[in-house]
Amino acid sequence: MPFVLSLFRLTLLAKFVCYAIVALGIDLIWGYTGILSLGHAVFFGLGAYIVAMHLKLASLGTVLPAFMKTGGLDALPVFLEPLRSGPAALILAILVPVVLAFLLGFMTFRNRIKGVYFSILSQALAWAFVTIFIGMQAYTGGSNGITGFADYFGMSLTAPLDMVKLYYLAVAVLALAYIGSTWLISRDLGKILIAIRDGENRTNFTGYDASRYKTFIFCISAALAALAGAPYVPFAGIISPKELDIAFSVEMVIWVAVGGRGTLIGAVLGAFLVSILKTGVSETMPGAWLYFVGLLFVLVVLCLPKGIVGGVEGLRTHFRRCLSGAARAQADS
Amino acid sequence: MKRFAKGLLTASVLAFGLMTAGCGGDSALGGGGNAVSGDTVKVGLLHSLSGTMAISETSVRDAEKLAIDEINASGGVLGKKIEIVEEDGASDPQIFAEKAKKLFQRDRVATVFGCWTSASRKAVKPVVESANGLLWYPVQYEGMEASKNIMYMGAAPNQQIVPAIDFLLKAGKKKMFLVGSDYVFPQTANRIVKAQLAASGGECVGEEYTPMGHTDYATIISKIRAAKPDVIVNTLNGDSNVAFFKQLKDAGISADTISVMSFSIAEEEVKGIGAQNIVGDLVSWNYYETTATPANEKFVAAYKKVYGEDRVTDDPIEAAYDAVYLWKAAVEKAGSFDVEAVRKAAADIAFDAPEGDVKIDGENQHLYKRVRIGKVNANGLIDEVSVTEPIKPDPFLATYEWAKGLASE
Repeated sequence: MPFVLSLFRLTLLAKFVCYAIVALGIDLIWGYTGILSLGHAVFFGLGAYIVAMHLKLASLGTVLPAFMKTGGLDALPVFLEPLRSGPAALILAILVPVVLAFLLGFMTFRNRIKGVYFSILSQALAWAFVTIFIGMQAYTGGSNGITGFADYFGMSLTAPLDMVKLYYLAVAVLALAYIGSTWLISRDLGKILIAIRDGENRTNFTGYDASRYKTFIFCISAALAALAGAPYVPFAGIISPKELDIAFSVEMVIWVAVGGRGTLIGAVLGAFLVSILKTGVSETMPGAWLYFVGLLFVLVVLCLPKGIVGGVEGLRTHFRRCLSGAARAQADS
Repeated sequence: MKRFAKGLLTASVLAFGLMTAGCGGDSALGGGGNAVSGDTVKVGLLHSLSGTMAISETSVRDAEKLAIDEINASGGVLGKKIEIVEEDGASDPQIFAEKAKKLFQRDRVATVFGCWTSASRKAVKPVVESANGLLWYPVQYEGMEASKNIMYMGAAPNQQIVPAIDFLLKAGKKKMFLVGSDYVFPQTANRIVKAQLAASGGECVGEEYTPMGHTDYATIISKIRAAKPDVIVNTLNGDSNVAFFKQLKDAGISADTISVMSFSIAEEEVKGIGAQNIVGDLVSWNYYETTATPANEKFVAAYKKVYGEDRVTDDPIEAAYDAVYLWKAAVEKAGSFDVEAVRKAAADIAFDAPEGDVKIDGENQHLYKRVRIGKVNANGLIDEVSVTEPIKPDPFLATYEWAKGLASE
């Protein structure tokens, strides 16, 4: 065995695996298509909330969750009734965020709302959702969120072996998401997306309806975020409005910025590196970790504007050029 | 297609790396060592040192450190020095859960002192329960909870909210206007208040919630003017209070016309609001910096000596300080750091706290506490207006007929 992780470290790493799936989605719309969404946590959080609600209902049987009772409800609201079924919850966990993304994308992109205006809109979406989820205590658990799940589709959250299985499942989802994303951008679609990023009007004039492509990739990206939200719940053990928040949405963008946008592997690496760094530094310096992490972000953005992967590639081409330059010089002499 | 093949390869390498990293997680429950080693015992401190809650939680953390230093200076617990493992919950419930996992599973601490918001406690609860650990929670809260793995040091609703409403009703203030931040504590507290008012002849003439961090209260203040309440019951949290009290004062409403009874404002918050904006208004707690007990004199002096003369003590700070001493007493009674033994020994343990003697209720693991109604004075401190005998904690309000149907779980 190469190396062994404790159960605690394993669940931590599993959370980062989920983050990496989100990062893929962010990279597709930001790195490839040039749309900066600052509200992606909404899609992630919605997916996670739907799964969490199912887990809560499933673990309680016919008993109503405590937050619903303290909120004054006597029976499960009708619109939450489908979440009693596991498969329905999983489907809705992806479907609801995608429909939301479609509505937002359809209305904004078709009306040529882009650039910073779209970013602001997406932030407003996150803000609205946080306010709604905190306010609707009886339905969402309010600021406490939803916690206290016993198992996850038949797997016990306290049995180490089941947690390892769940972890493998998350890794498999990440691998599939990665392969799927690579496949998408290796087709013509990938070139069109980059064309939209580099010159939207020109793309429109060549006969491609940019808004349709943008809406499509925005939905895919939301689906990836929601897909990450589903396995995230058992590892975090809680879902709260903080996971819908603007701050978390911005963190998602930071993963991709640090790793290197426009390269899928960069997005994945960024999610892992930033999260590992954040956890590691905060464990060693609980009082001052924010300063260090902040400083490192500034340094990366200043010194490696294309992220870590971009920086490494830049070095490689530079090195190659030096080599070929030297070879030419040798040939000349 | 070459690009896609390359992607496939990267994905499989990535997956393989992550898979091997996960290998053997089942056999890896060990690691991290034990709480007790040599002549030290590890305890965890888990508060928000960053984010919105940092301002409140760092002073609570300071009180816990003060108690730990005092105990270490006088020989430790069972002859062992307390070693602190500190983590930052970052005002985020999800981080609280993660750090609690670290403290219990990896560091294997003997106990954890931590949390402030209900959200953070609810996040830590499943972690501490599955690890069968012990969490000492220092803040008053909305009740409706009793975990065998949590010791509740703050007031249950019958030790803060219910007596405060009683006090107001007895003073002839029957028409109440409820204002709160839109989250769990105010919502639940106001449900309790409304049930109590309905049962005892009071009247709720308005109920308004604003999002956390809201600062514009003009609309609500005009609604208050229209409703003409005898008193405003305030469960706003954090910096909203600064705006609310300033704007109330600007609107000509002060303690002489319509007074405010607040449940989330202690000495620390009065400093932020400015004493001139809130002077004469009422609060309800179990402890004030001015509480006249010999233990409090010592505590306030020690706290100010270590952290500076300009610092104030308040209810959660004092409760956090008590928590450490109560844990020590329970450990010594049990003769062991084992959680099960400590929990059993904790029943009926008493401590001569700065707020007067407190005692752990063995049944629900809350404290017997005196309730003090206080009035903010011009110096930003709070003067005691009335005090009760120690009241038995009743987190589910099971002894109140009107509270039937409020309780859950």
